[in-house]
Amino acid sequence: MSSVTFYALLGSLLVGLGLYGVIVGASALRKILAFNLLGSGVFLLFGVIAQRGAGAGFGGDPVPQALVITGLVVAFAATALAVGLLVRLGESAGLDDVEDESEGESS
Amino acid sequence: MNSALINTSGLLAALSGWSDELLMMLLVVPVLAMLFGFVLGSRAAERIALLTLPLGLALAVAVAALVLDQGTPLSYDIGGWASPLGVALRVDGLSAVLLLTTALVITGVGLYARADFATPADVDEARTPLAFWTLLLGLWAALNAVFIGQDLFNLYVAIELLTFTAVPLVCLKGSAETLQAALRYLLFALLGSVLYLLGAALLYGAYGTLDIGQLAAAMRGSGLAAAEPAVEPAAIAAVVLMTAGLLAKTALVPLHLWLPPAHAGAPAAASAILSALVVKGSFYLIFRLWIDLMPVVYTQQIAQGLATLGAAAILLGGIMAIRQARLKMLIAYSTLAQLGYLFLIFPLLVSPVLVPTLADGSTPAAWTGGVLQLVSHAFAKASMFMGAGLIAIALGHDRIADLGGLSRLLPITLVAFALSGLSLMGLPPSGGFAAKWLLLRAAIETGQWWWTLVILFGGVLTGTYLYRVLAAASFSESDADLAAGPASRRQSEGVSEPLPKLATGASAELASAPPPEPASEVSPERASVQSPRSSSQLPGQTGQVQSAQRQPRLQRPVARSRELIVLALALISIALGLVPLTSFEILQIGRGGEAMAMLEPLAEPAGLSAFELPASGVTPVPSATGFLASVMEPLPGVAGSLPSAPESLPTVAGPSTSSVAPLPSAVGAQSSAMGSLP
Repeated sequence: MSSVTFYALLGSLLVGLGLYGVIVGASALRKILAFNLLGSGVFLLFGVIAQRGAGAGFGGDPVPQALVITGLVVAFAATALAVGLLVRLGESAGLDDVEDESEGESS
Repeated sequence: MNSALINTSGLLAALSGWSDELLMMLLVVPVLAMLFGFVLGSRAAERIALLTLPLGLALAVAVAALVLDQGTPLSYDIGGWASPLGVALRVDGLSAVLLLTTALVITGVGLYARADFATPADVDEARTPLAFWTLLLGLWAALNAVFIGQDLFNLYVAIELLTFTAVPLVCLKGSAETLQAALRYLLFALLGSVLYLLGAALLYGAYGTLDIGQLAAAMRGSGLAAAEPAVEPAAIAAVVLMTAGLLAKTALVPLHLWLPPAHAGAPAAASAILSALVVKGSFYLIFRLWIDLMPVVYTQQIAQGLATLGAAAILLGGIMAIRQARLKMLIAYSTLAQLGYLFLIFPLLVSPVLVPTLADGSTPAAWTGGVLQLVSHAFAKASMFMGAGLIAIALGHDRIADLGGLSRLLPITLVAFALSGLSLMGLPPSGGFAAKWLLLRAAIETGQWWWTLVILFGGVLTGTYLYRVLAAASFSESDADLAAGPASRRQSEGVSEPLPKLATGASAELASAPPPEPASEVSPERASVQSPRSSSQLPGQTGQVQSAQRQPRLQRPVARSRELIVLALALISIALGLVPLTSFEILQIGRGGEAMAMLEPLAEPAGLSAFELPASGVTPVPSATGFLASVMEPLPGVAGSLPSAPESLPTVAGPSTSSVAPLPSAVGAQSSAMGSLP
């Protein structure tokens, strides 16, 4: 198994795990974490695609790498916004510990 | 008259030289305004936003006029870099219409929101106004970016920006319910955008480009044999993933759970934008994926499925709307139903009956009908939500059963509501009527009679829930009394308590409540508005004491100008039905055979990375670092001056230790390699 195939499968596994977590996750915090897992899988796939697209002796196709950087920033901002909302929600519900907040998401 | 014509054509000729700048300014103006507003504080943010409204509207008008005048789409490669490497912006007829719609709705909303989001005179800085005005501008920039984007990754950033500006608008009030609605919206939207990103990655892996035009050309194959498109399995998976993600953002039925609480919980002005525009942004991307990107053979396979979901949305949204007790929830479910109509256009547009006739460049009825539905719904729904906001301010609640007497208190708003309702129902003469009539015609022409049943039954459902509102608001209170249960009667007795207590009590549920005003300020206007009511109370429709108690009171006066804005938007959605259908030829600009002829098919086989593609106008760069350096250098002409960089670099690195020394030499080697390129 080449390293490209290995990382592609690993990325797909992360995507699958993350998707499962986002859909069936019990609390909002779990869903946010699962979203990050899902995002990591996608970014890993970007890396794989960069490696696959590397031709003519170059180490890698730079375009997916540039996209990953942007994607990381966006995912980070999204996580910050989601966690911020969750903290505010916990505060307004009078909870000190957000992790115990189980009704953050009723899907 | 003649001179006016000459002036217009002269103006357009002058504009055409500035088309690149116009496209850039569509993005730059709102972003700059947002940043300045954010830095300068809430009072300045409001002023800047209000100044940006006419500017942005003028830009949208100029772009639309230019597209219409030239008859060809405008396009611009950012920084002069052509598509495989650079990012292209493109405005065709459809995007010009959507840009104009966006600008008009946002202008209306901005003027309407002045009263709700003014910074109070006694404070220096207020958080909510600052958030609202900067988010409004950011949302405008995001929508413009979605409508003019041509690069799938750029579009990803645009829809993320749209999400990040829309979600905080939902929870501007900061109450627990709105925070929860916003969080749920955000989770749905994030799942949607990460699926979209995954699809974009797969598409890039398969074709080595993210430009929609080039991807479409690659998928259609090098030859003109449309019967055998060269679509890779990965591309099909990618587009399906992206569609699933975008459906979550558009709130098509199985993924709609976030929409009603989010749209109903937001302040009225924000609800108007969310319902009228934000969901349309992601719909537009679905549309582009299946109509512009995928070969028509594949679209035919999925079209019935998308339309079935749309039909489910029409039925479910309509039935749920009928069952709602609150006006804003009813309008939110109505959005759900109206979005369903948009998905009906897919089978009507790519029907095998119709496709052979598309080649002659005529505008298919489903195409015009779908766009008309989108645009007229945008205006009607913006008007409805803002009208509901005024009703909530005037009555202190938005319970449908207790709307009685509204026809005396807010006649203009009620008329606007009824006019918007006409458009949603699809009664003539309105934009909604033209849209639904065209969709019906397309369904019959293409032999898909089952969609006509959906459209007609959806109209009946729309009529039913709107009749509930109008009947409750117009007819005697005794009817509403019978319809309302004991619970709402108890609540409505609460409504008739003295004003100051009410204003504070009601402010929690008011969509967008300015701080409660002292009763002394309110009472003169209150008295003037109430005088006709008290006189009409004398005959007494029912003569019951209870009914007298149920008489609605004006909790807070509503400025006439705000009612007129609501009315103006409703009138636009009606007027769209009076526009002759031939003027919708603008939608055809940049589509069909013309668009295909413009695209250069990729000479190279699929499965290559970007820099192995024939680089049109871009010099191939030998290494990744050099490539990135060239991307960061926006002016191609400056490339020759780059060799001067290594000379300056060692002097900068000179004072430091020798461990840094290898770096400048490496950079120098790269730069000289770049410099040796033609």
